[in-house]
Amino acid sequence: MTNNSIEDMGRASESEKPNWRDYLGFSKDHKVIGVQYMVTTFIFFLFGGLLAMIIRGELVTPESNLVDRSLYNGLFTLHGTVMIFLWIIPFMAGLANYLVPLMIGARDMAFPLLNAIAFWIIPPAGILLLSSFLLPGGPAQAGWWSYPPISLQNLSDKLVNGQFIWILSVILLGISSILGGINFITTIVWMRAPGMTFFRMPIFVWTVLSAQMLQLFCLPSLTGALILLFFDLSFGTNFFKSSQNGDPIIYQHLFWFYSHPAVYVMALPAFGIFSEILPAFSRNPLFGYRSVAIASFGIAIVSTFVWVHHMFTSATPDWMRILFMASSMLVAIPTGVKVFAWTATVWNGRLHLLTPVLFALGGVVMFIFGGVTGVMLSSVPFDIHVNNTYFVVGHFHYVVHNTITMAIFAAIYFWFPKITGKMYAEGWGKVHFLLTFIGANLTFFPMHALGLQGMLRRVSSYDPRYQGWNVIVSVGAFLLGMATLPFIANMISSLLQGSKASDNPWHATGLEWKTSSPPPKENFEEIPVVNEPPYHYNDRSEPTPEAVIQE
Amino acid sequence: MENPIHLLEEILDESPIHFYKLRRYLPIWLHRFIPIGGGKPDDEHGKTLFGFTVFLLSESIVFLSFFFTYIALRLTTPNWLPPGVSGPELSGFTIFNTLVLLSSSIVIQLAENALKRRKIRRFRLLWLITSAMGTYFLIAQAIEWSQLNFRLTTGLVGGTFYVLTGFHGLHVLVGVLLQILMVIRSFIRGNYNKGHFGVSATTLFWHFVDGIWVILFSLLYIW
Ligand code: HEM
Ligand SMILES: [Cu+2]
Repeated sequence: MTNNSIEDMGRASESEKPNWRDYLGFSKDHKVIGVQYMVTTFIFFLFGGLLAMIIRGELVTPESNLVDRSLYNGLFTLHGTVMIFLWIIPFMAGLANYLVPLMIGARDMAFPLLNAIAFWIIPPAGILLLSSFLLPGGPAQAGWWSYPPISLQNLSDKLVNGQFIWILSVILLGISSILGGINFITTIVWMRAPGMTFFRMPIFVWTVLSAQMLQLFCLPSLTGALILLFFDLSFGTNFFKSSQNGDPIIYQHLFWFYSHPAVYVMALPAFGIFSEILPAFSRNPLFGYRSVAIASFGIAIVSTFVWVHHMFTSATPDWMRILFMASSMLVAIPTGVKVFAWTATVWNGRLHLLTPVLFALGGVVMFIFGGVTGVMLSSVPFDIHVNNTYFVVGHFHYVVHNTITMAIFAAIYFWFPKITGKMYAEGWGKVHFLLTFIGANLTFFPMHALGLQGMLRRVSSYDPRYQGWNVIVSVGAFLLGMATLPFIANMISSLLQGSKASDNPWHATGLEWKTSSPPPKENFEEIPVVNEPPYHYNDRSEPTPEAVIQE
Repeated sequence: MENPIHLLEEILDESPIHFYKLRRYLPIWLHRFIPIGGGKPDDEHGKTLFGFTVFLLSESIVFLSFFFTYIALRLTTPNWLPPGVSGPELSGFTIFNTLVLLSSSIVIQLAENALKRRKIRRFRLLWLITSAMGTYFLIAQAIEWSQLNFRLTTGLVGGTFYVLTGFHGLHVLVGVLLQILMVIRSFIRGNYNKGHFGVSATTLFWHFVDGIWVILFSLLYIW
């Protein structure tokens, strides 16, 4: 580094592949950063899962006997926060980091240094958040929404309290996301390979672009809200204190103006993953490519004007309720387009049921269910009935866990050979899928019944008549927790001693499969020139994924 | 990257504050990150400026959320000014400060234009005038803060006023610091074909900060 001329400073020797030490250090290679993101966030996922296990342990019996109430509040608050801000959102950022430059034929992201900084904000912010368990008053207890006035009760009377730490970490994670968003949008707009027009981009890239635009335009609203909350909590201002003429409802507006679109920041890349995997394993071009691409944008746009459906019971005037009920139901149109396209793709093709596609299909099926309960919830009378009950918990877990987390697993299996150059163990993958699928439905389906019967969320004790379903839910949750064990074992052992994967084990289209596995430092020996649309799975003479696995 | 020391070196090599062999690396660093000069902006320039514009759009949403809060609170609060508080009143001093800030937007644009025509001396002069105007605004705001008869915790007027102007003032400060960095950079001979991203970005940022002030000024003082 010392004697290089200015031009050489950024470019290290090109043939060099990253070794394991690079993953522990400050690298500017988007592939290394992508893996760093994915591994780090998976560790946070395990933490979040552990918190969920304790929550479900508490709820096995109607009495509150495992943890006390304030610890219980801290548990579900950090569970939600970790899963959203430290698992799904940054995992998707990591996956996109790995894939987007490869998929559009670029050598790296637009701003590699910024990329590294965005990642390195996450571990300290996450550790900071989790460390609040050690504070005298414990972690934040106001739920992942942190609505005032609850979030303004300072439980320890100290300046540095759980809520303080919560706000700080979420703001930091937000800054990381904004830096990432700038990088993704610039990369996709400016760094596409020759011939890679917008309508030749893989759907995954479209979904990342839409999701990151949501990050950029909606996330600052949460940052603004949290800055004001911070001043209220720590410096005695009155923005959200109704006793002082402040207005807690304003916080809700600012919060949901981000946090509704945030569900699509998580869901859109999952849709992108489905759109990559289903064609590859059906040997069939993605049905209605253009409509699916445009639908991604449609979803992003519609999702920015539906946020009030989270506030139907927050003293919202009727005209506003009706308006937002209608706009919420509009989301069903572009998402319907997508579901239809996936179904048609699989329908017309010859499906090969390997682990990635099992997870993808499982995810799509459960998304249909989660989408339907979503549309039900956006109907005002129904929402008033089940608001704040386990029905809502069931709905969003069908989406965030059963759809998006399943999509993440699908993605990990699908791109594992590309990232590591090794093949995972197919049999264990199927075991993982089976346990996950059963566990997930056992956990989240009964929640709808509980909600309809009136069981409230965020409670550590409940009426004994709800116990039956709760036991089933807890059993499902422990099964789900165990399901990750074969996954972890599979990943580690395959990484160490898996058979060597070829450059394109699935015979998939897409530029990421046109380079070696794992790809060299600057991705491609030569920047590819693109002259056809993606998903051209028409050559029936090619070996199928199944044949490849059995080789 | 074998050991932690190497890692540290690598980070320091890339970091804006280059403690390590500062004198040797500062010029190199400035070359890489703040290319300056006239000539045709190339792709690198356009790409970076695009990224910066996207950042500003996102930044403006934070301000927008503050404006929304201010407007909503003000519309629903019967006694905006608590007894004994006269509020931020429109004085000649404030108007003068606003005029200084707004005209500095013109000066900075002239400076950037001068740089495009490769008139480095003129650029430096105008650029320094801009930073002087920005610094003046910051000092004036500090004086104004110290003379107001309400505090951060006074009703809603205090919180909204100090948080909004404070957040804006922070941006002015960053703008001035960026300007000073660019002037230093302009004393180092540069590769004039690489465009002048740093200068364009700072100019854009300054216009942004001024635009925000117009809205803040109307909301806080005129309304
Ligand atoms: C695409 C993925 C989706 C995700 C990740 C998702 C996630 C969530 C989450 C996390 C909540 C609970 C928020 C909380 O109160 O803590 C929620 C509630 C809600 N969702 Fe969804 N959702 C999705 C799709 C939909 C769709 C398609 C609709 C409607 C068309 C919808 C309508 C609703 C409504 C109305 C609520 C509020 C229920 C209440 O609090 O009473 N969601 N969703
Ligand atoms: Cu929503």
